[in-house]
Amino acid sequence: MALKALDIFKLLPKTNCKKCGCPTCLAFAMKLAQKQASLDQCPDVTAESKAQLEGSAAPPIRLVTIGEGANKLEIGNETVMFRHDESFYHPPGIGVIIPDNLDEAALAAKIQAAAKLQFVRVGTAIRSDIVAVINASRQAEPFAKTVAAVQKLERPLVLMSTEPSHIAKALASCQGQKPLIHAATADTWEKYAALAKEKQCPLAVTEPDLDKLAALTEKIKSAGVADLILDVTSHSLSATLQALTAIRRLALKKNLRSLGYPCMAIGLGQTPAEQLAQCCAYIAKYAGIVLSSMDQPEHILPLLTLRQNLYTDPRKPIQVEPKLYPVGAVTNASPLLITTNFSLTYYTVEGEVEASRVPAYIGVVDTEGTSVLTAFAADKLTSEKVTAFLKSEAVKEKIAHHKVIIPGYVAVMSGALEEESGWEVMVGPREASGLPKYLKTVWKSG
Amino acid sequence: MTMLEEAKEKWTGAINEVVIGATKAEGGTRAAGVTIGGDKSLPFMHYEAPIKNRPIVALEVWDREPDDWPQPLMEALGDAVKSPVAWAKKGIEEFGADLICLKLMSTHPDFGDATAKDAVQTVKAVLAATSAPLIIWGCEHDEKDNEVLPRCSEAAKGEKCLMGVVTEDNYKTLVASCIADGHSLIGLSPIDINIAKQINILVMEMGFPANRIVMYPTTGALGYGLEYCYSIQERGRVAALSGDKMMAMPVICMVGQEAWHAKEARAPKEEAPDWGDEKTRGLFWEIATAVALLEAGSDILVLRHPAAIKATKDTINKLMA
Repeated sequence: MALKALDIFKLLPKTNCKKCGCPTCLAFAMKLAQKQASLDQCPDVTAESKAQLEGSAAPPIRLVTIGEGANKLEIGNETVMFRHDESFYHPPGIGVIIPDNLDEAALAAKIQAAAKLQFVRVGTAIRSDIVAVINASRQAEPFAKTVAAVQKLERPLVLMSTEPSHIAKALASCQGQKPLIHAATADTWEKYAALAKEKQCPLAVTEPDLDKLAALTEKIKSAGVADLILDVTSHSLSATLQALTAIRRLALKKNLRSLGYPCMAIGLGQTPAEQLAQCCAYIAKYAGIVLSSMDQPEHILPLLTLRQNLYTDPRKPIQVEPKLYPVGAVTNASPLLITTNFSLTYYTVEGEVEASRVPAYIGVVDTEGTSVLTAFAADKLTSEKVTAFLKSEAVKEKIAHHKVIIPGYVAVMSGALEEESGWEVMVGPREASGLPKYLKTVWKSG
Repeated sequence: MTMLEEAKEKWTGAINEVVIGATKAEGGTRAAGVTIGGDKSLPFMHYEAPIKNRPIVALEVWDREPDDWPQPLMEALGDAVKSPVAWAKKGIEEFGADLICLKLMSTHPDFGDATAKDAVQTVKAVLAATSAPLIIWGCEHDEKDNEVLPRCSEAAKGEKCLMGVVTEDNYKTLVASCIADGHSLIGLSPIDINIAKQINILVMEMGFPANRIVMYPTTGALGYGLEYCYSIQERGRVAALSGDKMMAMPVICMVGQEAWHAKEARAPKEEAPDWGDEKTRGLFWEIATAVALLEAGSDILVLRHPAAIKATKDTINKLMA
């Protein structure tokens, strides 16, 4: 959060020497606050003031990178409490925790399961993008071996051990990969901080009590480690969620530097259903990394989908590609329905067509991501546009008849559309929910 | 001051408290009523203010056997779906739902066109079968609802049911019935805060009390518009806590209805071999949708799968701890 001119003024020499080009230090402070001047213009500012002023220019939540190269994960640098205030920017890493006490076959199976956690939704690839190894064996050797085996996934790593020397050993197979070291505590932080500093790795700090956590991050920062991740997982879902929210608020609204780091949380719980619920709560509310032992596609797909939904920029309407979509076992005699490329509109129509069990084509016209009524009002869904679509190669190739169903809300364009396209125009229901009945009755008899 | 105290947001408003269900002493026949709303904080943020009432979970029950619900869901519900009475009873006694959401699907002209008399009989039978509070949901066909719902309202007089839905264009008949018979109301406003306010204003102009209105901003399933509903609900909650009395009504979400409509919940294994176990997929879709909407601020979640009810209630309990 930017400092006000008066706060900046307090940090200046107050000599009014004019060397910066401004008549007074206060005038210079005002320019600095508006980012119209640079602190370098003042030759007499003290080193402390300089550090303080530069610090205030940093984002309230630090951007932390885990891993290197194309698959690295960047989290933090969020700016709002609610996605409707602007947008969320850095989607949380979602990953599996693999224990180091598995036999070779079980480990291979686990790695294979994790590798399969990738899907395509709404035309976008989504996947589990981080993986953790936990030192369940409490021995150095199996931990290092498991970490080496997991490299195969080519995902950023989290190395979880209560024994820093085990992590040091495992790091041998992670040259240049910047895995996340997990985790420093109030009792052990010195060794972890030294390791993170030496290996240039980000460091997780675990402490559910926020006051103690803030004190701890200050100490670790003084020891020279700046890339921290706050793990606030406790045995209470409620406490974890409140901590995640309070940290976000303190960092953004109170500019509290000692908690200005991305967070992480682990989905505990006895059953996958419990873990799923916890992970969903953490994805919605501010975690930068969400880990659990879940590794099946039916467990992870909902998490990845939730992340995709909530990290979609609400200022940009999401769109589907304007083209011809077949639903079900279509033939060249199947009905053709026109709708817009606003994805919510499209998926609603698609869902109803699917539910009708009548195979059909959905013709999506480019309305710049607006719904039927909005598009029509803004001249983005016009008879010209629909005509152009009906005359497209895709339609000629796939559809043998000349009957088109338009949304009930744009019934008034029927006349113009018939004239321009030469197609028979059928007026469909106003709401997509009327489609199953429409397709089963009106279309069938038409 | 501790960090948590420091993080406290000072809200000026609160969500209205709405009571569903009346006991004998209150003029009904329910074992107990259930109160929703009352929050003076963001959802489950106990450090901001004490939370009086937990969100509740309703089982969606139809008055006719559904013919297109996916197999895993139908198996979990068993034979009970053949009768709304057995279905409702099982929902309360076995599945652990807090209340029943009875949808009068068969009254729709396209789905059986059952008469008002049939619907009244169903409502009476369901009220007799369980002592839990009841939500009565019409078929969302304006003319038919206006014919059926007033009769159901009359038949359930004094039970303090929650009835719906009213819209901007169709509210007068049901509002009048609910005033006469002491029920609460659900206002439907498809992901639009201004419409939600407008309905609240229209309904209240008829003399309907604010503390008997519940908002239904429509629900989007995970992957199918969830983010719109999530943000509309969050915006509504923030507005209410900031003092906007026309947004202070509690919110109901049709989670089961939407989640089981998703392709991820419906597609058989052959169609989606990479999506994992068919039995778990739809269930987890429903749970994930429910948990996300709890975070956004929901007061009633209407669910379909017994295991989703269990998992959601379990999560609510943990969030209230």
